[in-house]
Amino acid sequence: MEFKDYYKVMGVARDATEPQIKQAYRKLARKYHPDVSKEKDAEARFKELGEAYEVLKSPEKRAAYDQLGRGPRPGENFRPPPDWGSGFEFSGAGEGAGDRDYSEFFESLFGAAAGGGRRGRHGFDPGRGFRAPGDPGRGPDHHAKVVLDLEATLQGGSRSFTLRVPEIDAEGRLISTERVLNVQIPKGILAGQTIRLAGQGASAGQGSGTGSSTAGDLYIEVDFQPHPLYRPDGRDLYLELPVAPWEAALGASVKTPTPGGAVDLKIPLGSHAGTKLRLRGRGIPAATPGDLYVVLQIALPPADNEKAKAAYRAMADALPFNPRAQLGVTP
Amino acid sequence: MRSVQDALTGEIFEEYAVLSVDELSRLCAVDRTYIVELVEEGVLSVATVEAEQWRFTGTALRRARTALRLQRDLEINLPGVALALELMEELDALRRELQSMRR
Repeated sequence: MEFKDYYKVMGVARDATEPQIKQAYRKLARKYHPDVSKEKDAEARFKELGEAYEVLKSPEKRAAYDQLGRGPRPGENFRPPPDWGSGFEFSGAGEGAGDRDYSEFFESLFGAAAGGGRRGRHGFDPGRGFRAPGDPGRGPDHHAKVVLDLEATLQGGSRSFTLRVPEIDAEGRLISTERVLNVQIPKGILAGQTIRLAGQGASAGQGSGTGSSTAGDLYIEVDFQPHPLYRPDGRDLYLELPVAPWEAALGASVKTPTPGGAVDLKIPLGSHAGTKLRLRGRGIPAATPGDLYVVLQIALPPADNEKAKAAYRAMADALPFNPRAQLGVTP
Repeated sequence: MRSVQDALTGEIFEEYAVLSVDELSRLCAVDRTYIVELVEEGVLSVATVEAEQWRFTGTALRRARTALRLQRDLEINLPGVALALELMEELDALRRELQSMRR
């Protein structure tokens, strides 16, 4: 088991005062809160931070933790000393940072029950383990988040993903099991929307889904990986389409990819970089599907041989063109 | 470790869900007064009123849960949560715009 340096996690000195620790927590919590942060490891950092704060804000836990300080260095193999915990009383449910699961290190010191409730790993959040009022036989709902390819919403089809589900084992310890789900993705689902799977949450009195009639529901929030061609904005899609200068200037009919297959697109005479062409109904499918916006980019052919250079020179001779006319300078 | 099952079929929650205050509070595991406070603060908007009962669309669930997490984890009060959510939405819109301009 890895020793965790909670002072380092919180970026405070070992002799930091309680207000300093609280201040450090507040600051880092705002930085790494998964709802707010765009840092890619925000969720893991936030979890680690909450655990560090849970220990350092409590005078008893902090004192007990400090006693270990002379032991192994961070990252080294760690085992709690045999007399660990004697002389300390740990108060029960924590507050503040709230429901989460803890590292093995934390649990070896303070036990799985020392914190508040528990929160799942890897984006899994078992709905804080509540029961519906007046519905005591019903298991808790579960919430998860998945990142899909854009094709899943464009074409539909099934996708498999692995969810890590916290469960309580026979000895009352918190363990994490893996559950592979194969889900039919509803065509037209948008980023931020949720797939509800009835009866796939936790069954009453149990940690994981069994699909029984008393089980809660599973809510899967969807996000998309960046797509090599299309950028979604609501139901609409955006595609950057490179065209040759003469195609833009003279107009042309060019092949352009769309989610439904390549089509011939008419480039109007006198188009320029940034010209936006709309292909109605070729965005993300729905009763009223989104549109596909094709944004033109002008691609310059390289002047890498004599013939090409001659063509550019001929153009320079033929066209009295000053691209910097707006800047008030002459060529 | 469980085996792969036949594909489960679900619906897009936001497209069909119509939620009462009680349903929303159950889904968020909070007291119904908290949902009322979120409405009063303008964090949640009521979609329709049926027989003097508020009805929310499915998007309210995600919003309420985010508000709840912000309040609990960062210890901010409701007006602060409302402000944070508004600024986060504005930031998202600006990021999207920036992304489209960069390409």
